[in-house]
Amino acid sequence: MFNNKASKKTVSKEHEQYLKRIRRRNISIRFTQIVILIAFLALWEIAANMKWIDPFITSQPSRVIDTLISLNSEGVLWKHISITILETVTGFVLGTLIGTLIAIGLWWSEFAAKVVDPYLVILNSLPKVALGPVIIVWIGAGTASIITMALFVSVIITIITVLNGFLEVDPDKIKLLKTFGATKVQVFSKVVFPASIPTIISALKINVGMSWVGVIVGEFLVSKAGLGYLIVYGGQVFRLDLVMTSVFILVIAAAIMYHIVAWLEKRYSRFYLSK
Amino acid sequence: MGNNSIVSMDNVSMTYHQREGETHALRNISFDVKEGEFIGIVGPSGCGKTTILSLIAGLIKPTSGTVYVEGKPVEGPSSKVGYMLQQDHLFEWRTILQNVLLGLEIQGKVNEESKAKAEELLERYGLGEFKNHYPHQLSGGMRQRAALIRTLAINPKILLLDEPFSALDYQTRLAVSVEVADIIKKEKKTALLVTHDISEAIAMSDRVFVLTKRPATIKSSHKIELTCDANDPISCRQAPEFRKYFDIIWKELDVHVQ
Repeated sequence: MFNNKASKKTVSKEHEQYLKRIRRRNISIRFTQIVILIAFLALWEIAANMKWIDPFITSQPSRVIDTLISLNSEGVLWKHISITILETVTGFVLGTLIGTLIAIGLWWSEFAAKVVDPYLVILNSLPKVALGPVIIVWIGAGTASIITMALFVSVIITIITVLNGFLEVDPDKIKLLKTFGATKVQVFSKVVFPASIPTIISALKINVGMSWVGVIVGEFLVSKAGLGYLIVYGGQVFRLDLVMTSVFILVIAAAIMYHIVAWLEKRYSRFYLSK
Repeated sequence: MGNNSIVSMDNVSMTYHQREGETHALRNISFDVKEGEFIGIVGPSGCGKTTILSLIAGLIKPTSGTVYVEGKPVEGPSSKVGYMLQQDHLFEWRTILQNVLLGLEIQGKVNEESKAKAEELLERYGLGEFKNHYPHQLSGGMRQRAALIRTLAINPKILLLDEPFSALDYQTRLAVSVEVADIIKKEKKTALLVTHDISEAIAMSDRVFVLTKRPATIKSSHKIELTCDANDPISCRQAPEFRKYFDIIWKELDVHVQ
């Protein structure tokens, strides 16, 4: 461990070459990835221009850009993006918080955990989007319904993942705290919760995707505003440019959100990975 | 049971209940430990050695009989007893100093004085400069030392060591057992060491109890007197009497490999 530190200062020639090789390899991987993307977009554009495919049905990159510009000049682009992101983030945060709180409750009472276990298993295997119409009837066709949808989609899997994380904490670590005379609250706050942070973060990663599913399906059903609305509307009026543009924005927004969570994971995992 | 004993068991039996049936772990165990004594407990694996320590620590209650610490029946965990487990269980998300303060934190005893004492212990046993490091930055031996200091920080009179070196490789194990024996002597603690390593028990202990298979009873007790420097368990392993004790205990353990 401490040798590593020393060797960093005086890197041998072989090691330098080794590092260079790794760097070169990483660069060529990234380069190939970008080439594939550009080639795909270029082929799509050319195929549409040469009428190999019908751009009315498939759209094309230049039309996507035109649509983006026109949506922006109409002043509605950011409205739709921000509504969808707001719904997703709210659903995501609520799903994670409520799911974690319920998991804490179930950790606290083994009896309750045993009782709800079959219900959780069944709810988990149920496609939550099937409840969409019910939610809309109960809550009303609006943002609240869409957020509830995102919450429903993510909360069950959060409960299951986080509770499993709590239960997998090394019993000897808990025994150690008990030898110090720890109360149940202390056992939870000093070891069970901090030891489960990596599990909770991996639940977050799942929830990002889940929340997007919930929100887009919610917007499909409620259809007032947002990227999901643009997709459904575009499909209904046969403006595939609008559909593709919305999907394109969606891809970028989802990627950014995923990377934020991945960054969080990296920050917190440095203590845990080493074991 | 003598009044001057710091730990004693009076006719203690322990039975565990599971759906598959009941397990008789201990039967009619009685012994006394004097203050400052180092007791080694050896026995066949799975014979209930750890149960003895858990009873003294107050983690479980005996089915019958009474466990006494300082003459009073054990009701639950107390700060008089420190417990060291097989693995160091240092928390990866805490620095060494924060790990060492864990017990005090739980007992609500973190203050300037106790903190200074914990830091002083780290300093005295060579971990002073690592107090702000994280556990993964320390070697196995240093981690085990930090775990011992975490146990010592609550200032227990009695230390329970549950195969504390079994997770270490052989060389580290020898070195750490020397260090730990040394620290325990310097801090004038009473210690009970559970181990399956006969040499370790003989080298470190004043007395060695040999347990039978389950339900465990005390088969014999050996007072260990080695002609060697008591502060150096390695040299004690070369003492002429060492082999004799080893042979006797080995035969008593009656190990069969199938």
